[in-house]
Amino acid sequence: MKKLTTIKMSAVGILIAMSLQASAQNAPVRTSYAPYFTEAKAGAKAPDADGFIQRWLLLEPIKNSLRSNAGFTEEYIRGEVYTDYFPNQFTVVPKNGDKVTVNDVELKWHALDATNFNAKLFRFAGMVEKDVYGVTFWAVTVIDCPEEIKDVRMAVGSNSASMWWVNGEEEVCLFGDRRMVMDDCVSERLTLKKGVNIIRGFVINGPGMSDMCVRFIDDAGNPIKNYTINLGKAGN
Amino acid sequence: MKTYLKTAAFAALATLGLAHTASALDGEPYIHDPSNIMECDGKYYTFGTGGGGLISDDGWTWRSGAVRPGGGAAPDALKIGDRYLVGYSATGGGLGGGHAGRILTMWNKTLDPNSPDFEYTEPIEVAASLNDEDCDAIDIGLLLDPSGRLWCTYGTYFGFIRVVELDPKTGARLAGNEAVDIAIDCEATTMIYRDGWYYLLATHGTCCSGATSTYNIRVGRSKSPTGPFLDHTGMDMIRGGGKLVVAANNRLIGAGHFGLLDLGGNVQKFSCHYESSLDDPGHFGVLDIRALLWKDGWPVAGDYFMGGTFEIESGRSGYALEMGVDAVPLTQGGRTRQMAAPAGEGGAARPARGAGGAPGGFPAGGAPGAGAPGGAARPAMGAAGAPGAGAPGGMMGMGGGAPGAGAPGGAARPAMGAGGAPGGGMGGFGGMGMGMGGGGRNSAPIPDQTVEDAEPTWPNKTVVTRLGDYMLQAHQKWTIAPVEGAGGYIGSPFFKITIEGTDRALTATEEGTVVVETAFTGDDSQLWRIDQLIDGSWRIMPKAESDSDEPMCLSAVGISTPSLAKYDPDSWNFRWNFKKP
Repeated sequence: MKKLTTIKMSAVGILIAMSLQASAQNAPVRTSYAPYFTEAKAGAKAPDADGFIQRWLLLEPIKNSLRSNAGFTEEYIRGEVYTDYFPNQFTVVPKNGDKVTVNDVELKWHALDATNFNAKLFRFAGMVEKDVYGVTFWAVTVIDCPEEIKDVRMAVGSNSASMWWVNGEEEVCLFGDRRMVMDDCVSERLTLKKGVNIIRGFVINGPGMSDMCVRFIDDAGNPIKNYTINLGKAGN
Repeated sequence: MKTYLKTAAFAALATLGLAHTASALDGEPYIHDPSNIMECDGKYYTFGTGGGGLISDDGWTWRSGAVRPGGGAAPDALKIGDRYLVGYSATGGGLGGGHAGRILTMWNKTLDPNSPDFEYTEPIEVAASLNDEDCDAIDIGLLLDPSGRLWCTYGTYFGFIRVVELDPKTGARLAGNEAVDIAIDCEATTMIYRDGWYYLLATHGTCCSGATSTYNIRVGRSKSPTGPFLDHTGMDMIRGGGKLVVAANNRLIGAGHFGLLDLGGNVQKFSCHYESSLDDPGHFGVLDIRALLWKDGWPVAGDYFMGGTFEIESGRSGYALEMGVDAVPLTQGGRTRQMAAPAGEGGAARPARGAGGAPGGFPAGGAPGAGAPGGAARPAMGAAGAPGAGAPGGMMGMGGGAPGAGAPGGAARPAMGAGGAPGGGMGGFGGMGMGMGGGGRNSAPIPDQTVEDAEPTWPNKTVVTRLGDYMLQAHQKWTIAPVEGAGGYIGSPFFKITIEGTDRALTATEEGTVVVETAFTGDDSQLWRIDQLIDGSWRIMPKAESDSDEPMCLSAVGISTPSLAKYDPDSWNFRWNFKKP
């Protein structure tokens, strides 16, 4: 059975242009990762005290033309996710600095540590001098489990819609115009295998402040923390 | 009995019906980002984004006309002493215009723009955000806590919600005060205080998209005004937590910008705007006022009261408010299925429990024609009429209405414990007969009693009210309907309360009692203010008492006796429940 947590929002067929919406022209631009990220170092990093994964490979945002999130239906999001953006987009584990070309635009992967429990994608976009509104993000990370961990759940919050995979299996989908709330949508029980597990995410947003937070929890909502995040383990 | 406040009859009174427009207020209550509603010299005011705001004479019918200079967005207002502190934000325009914002406060002695005292002081900046800061300094919310400290929350989804402390004398930021981050991913915050807790009300979701807006109001609480504010599951609002207070409902979509209206006496209401009313969608925001309840220490949106037909149950006794007439046995194909005791004028089946008069019970003999001749059935409970007090002949079950109709061939058993209580006294509880008249048991369903079944037995005159066991009787079912053109009070129109299917109207008397008059005239004595209390029960008050500091309200002054009495919020006497009849 396909593991899938589907949160359906009201089907909204029509995208409505918000009067207060912005265009990307107002994007704040930062010249360093601080204070929202630092460059990821080599080696292993533990999840934070609440189990949040703070180390990510983030692809510079892909520009989209959305001026509203009102149409983030499941059908729409799946259509966006399963668009071909770059080669091997559902399997690649990139390295820091790797580049891909999307719609004739060269985009770079950045290995970063979030300083907060959440990864502030809006700030990331500004830091790499890309549009901050109307953007699509891809994220990858690698977790290393010293032993198999059964019956865990992937818990995600994102602004706005997103989809998430563990070892190539679709686990969590967040549809609709969402605010980032920790543990907003949670997968069915899954097993983290001993050794390397690949986590992959897709986040899409029109206007608003993109961000996401991811952790693993048990049935009672307690964080799972007996693993490390180690981007260098990919492919081992 | 005289009714008081006889006013000019409303020439063309009509009820709004049970499915009146979802917009909860009357007039032109169109506003976005409303401030707390302020009362000033008998009128109500609220300010909105862009300057200006609304005025209401009664809290029900609203019009534009409030004046607030400075433009900008999302103001708030608070009365401190004899002055009004009004805050607003000068902003770069949100998503489209950057996030540099300034929170400003100013004072006015009055909110009445026609008053010679109406003059705002020069605005003072109390907080600000830079364009690239993790905060958007708009959407001010003000709280003066019981210790006299003044708190100001502000911010939007763009970064953090922050709280700063202001000087309640000047409205300026306290020197050296540092802003504290208290929430994320929300906006339109404000704090309220109750029982040692600071509650942070915040609006989640998306605004400004009409009927697709997902705006909804949520809450967390803390023992400190600087947080952490946790929701009911323990999730910190700085991680997106928040317990739902109100979202889309009742054809109203996108609830935002909470404002508390504490009316005292366990009556609290809150204001907000909806992004869209599906019945009136052509406006950028519509004001709403609704009851605020408290359950398990959390604020909960109360019910919209649009009327309907109800049993009105006393919170004190659990008895039902009823028109003081004899009960009419429920019938089954012309047979009486339930027995009766003498009641009514000169026929108390059950002695009145301190109610005076003769409440309760079913008439043993029934009204002429009420029962099926020859169909006598069970003897009635309390059938034995107390000599001198009740109708004669309650010894045996009757039900056959006409005298002498008692059950040929089918007479019932003698009443259990029956027997007329000689010499008066307790006549009740006598005739618990089990017999079936007219050919034995009939298991067919008993239909609801209709007003046509019962009204022929009712006197065509003013009748007292009383409280009794709810027995699904027609004289215990009340239809409550808003009265168009009769005005209203804060958040609601006045209602009429009539016996279902009739024009017989609950009426307050000059003597402070409550009666049922034969017709609804639209007189003030027949108009009722109905407020939901913080525990979810309801207070029922005559219109004439609506503006009183010590109003007389419907009260169970006795277990079985309703009347008007001075409202005591701690007393169960004044709490009523509307139950599906």
